[in-house]
Amino acid sequence: MSKLFKLLAALCGLLTVTAVAIWWLNTRGDALINSPLATTSTAQRGAYLAQVGNCAGCHTARGGQPYAGGLAIQTPFGSVYASNLTPDAANGIGSWSRAEFWRAMHHGRSKDGRLLYPAFPYTSYTLVTRDDSDALFAYLKSLPAANQANQADAVRFPFNSQAALAVWRALYFKPGNYQADTRQSIDWNRGAYLTEGLGHCSACHAARNALGATDGLNLAGGLIPVQNWYAPSLVTTQEAGLQDWRIDDIKTLFKTGIAPQASVNGPMAEVVLGSTQHWSDADLNAMAVYLKALPAAAATPLPTTPGQTSERGSKLYEQHCAQCHGENGQGMPNAYPALAGNRAVATPQTANLVQVVLNGGYAPATHGNPRPFGMPPFVLVLTDADVAEVLTHIRSSWGNQAPGVSAFDVNRIRANGAR
Amino acid sequence: MTTTPIHISFTQWLTALGVVWLAATTVNASAAPSFKDDMAQRTLACTACHGPQGRAAPDGYYPRLAGKPAGYLYNQLVNFREGKRHYALMTQLIAPLTDSYLMEMAQHFASLEVPYPSPLATGASAVVLARGKQLVLSGEPSRGIPACVQCHGSTMTGVAPNVPGLLGLPRDYLNAQLGAWKAGKRRAHAPDCMKAVVALLTDDDINAASSYLVAQVLPASTKPAAIAPPLAAGQAAVSCGSAAKP
Repeated sequence: MSKLFKLLAALCGLLTVTAVAIWWLNTRGDALINSPLATTSTAQRGAYLAQVGNCAGCHTARGGQPYAGGLAIQTPFGSVYASNLTPDAANGIGSWSRAEFWRAMHHGRSKDGRLLYPAFPYTSYTLVTRDDSDALFAYLKSLPAANQANQADAVRFPFNSQAALAVWRALYFKPGNYQADTRQSIDWNRGAYLTEGLGHCSACHAARNALGATDGLNLAGGLIPVQNWYAPSLVTTQEAGLQDWRIDDIKTLFKTGIAPQASVNGPMAEVVLGSTQHWSDADLNAMAVYLKALPAAAATPLPTTPGQTSERGSKLYEQHCAQCHGENGQGMPNAYPALAGNRAVATPQTANLVQVVLNGGYAPATHGNPRPFGMPPFVLVLTDADVAEVLTHIRSSWGNQAPGVSAFDVNRIRANGAR
Repeated sequence: MTTTPIHISFTQWLTALGVVWLAATTVNASAAPSFKDDMAQRTLACTACHGPQGRAAPDGYYPRLAGKPAGYLYNQLVNFREGKRHYALMTQLIAPLTDSYLMEMAQHFASLEVPYPSPLATGASAVVLARGKQLVLSGEPSRGIPACVQCHGSTMTGVAPNVPGLLGLPRDYLNAQLGAWKAGKRRAHAPDCMKAVVALLTDDDINAASSYLVAQVLPASTKPAAIAPPLAAGQAAVSCGSAAKP
């Protein structure tokens, strides 16, 4: 009997220690700090920073008032609705203080102390400086107030509880400040600050574990949950690594959406459209320097058996693709990407290829490329088997030697597409 | 220097001609596809579904774009991008495009003059067609229903710049659009006049009007009218948010 009692007591003790640890891990350093307002923290600078972070990209519903929230951020745990960031007193941040806004950015807590879902990427924003946070706050406070109520999140139990969030944060979130690496250049450090902080690149370009956490410092690529687009690795030249690109070409890609070697598509087209095309030349340069210098991971050896092209795949290519991409996959400069020797075509992850063939798409209409060319959707014309055959043909022709694509790979994307 | 005349038979001549013709076609077929840096090239993503030059397929669901008023097409593109019209494939395709580029696309299709297909055979009864004709040409003032022609032009080819024509569209497409307005799935700029009109229509009204419209032969000039026709006696003006811009 006393043995059982001792066991229970030990268990209670352990639980208490764990609870205290979780509580401590969640509250460390998150007091509301009132720091003096820097003269550089102006609304004008905040407007620029809001573009750098593409805040409007999530905090604006389709066709809605900018920053008034309402867009569903879909996660494997349910939908989180972006909140109203306009200075409306009832629904927005009208009653928030500068310190409370900083705490949300830095610690992921709402005004009332509630823990926020990391769909709001405070795991990255925690690196944003207080001055930049204050500038963003000044900008948001200068916006027209939108009397638009926030939509309740639709996250499943148990993930929707504050306790679950507290455990998640104890495991995966640590508030931090950007620590400059003095061995690196000023540009590199600025690039690192933007990429790892406000730019929140790891929100897509890092793989997520079963609980939705990323290894934020590792931009090794990841499949964006629910959307089923693959954000390619930035640390291997097999995927989207920029290690062997010229700095100017990297800047051009982010400025215009199209470079001699590649163009952006899908979710990255939105990022270029809403964010990077507006970056200053100095910041684009800094990001380019940082991304180019990312240590390249060892190349993953491709499977030894490349796909086998079929007569049908070749026929489909001639019928539907050759008109723009050329008989030999040579493409048309500045309009249609070459498919021969294109690393995006040979990538081990085939989700993006299937997405583009099924749903088509335009490069973003940017100031630098205001009239982009487009790819037609084939979702109504080609069956899963057709798409698989034609992609297999493309991946194994003109020197390309990538494994084939199966009808199952195509169906997985088609079945999840919203229409 | 002497020249030797060459005598060839008619058959030989024909064969030679055939060979030349074959060679010409072969060269033609294997020539690199012509790339023209123009709007037709830039809208190949549209014409994949909406038919060559945006003329639509007679059996398809995808509506004709060619020759519709530019303002109307532009408003539809913006509405898809901003969630006022719902078709994920369209929305996704044009999401990264700007207002000015969408306007250029709209103007491109508006400027195309391509023939319309012949009207489709309709299985509708004479009673239904007569009812449709009445709704389209006269409306039903006692129920507050305006005639379609009051806004869409007396020849139903639309009114520039923003009101679309109603002829040459698939019946399924017409029914789906009126149904979508009824269900709140399709919206236009406020005040949304079509929403107000469709709210007054029963399913039978919608079916009658669309059956009549698809059976009509297009007039000689299919261009949108420059101005709306004068109000018929007993008709009240309809206030439309999309009729003035852009």
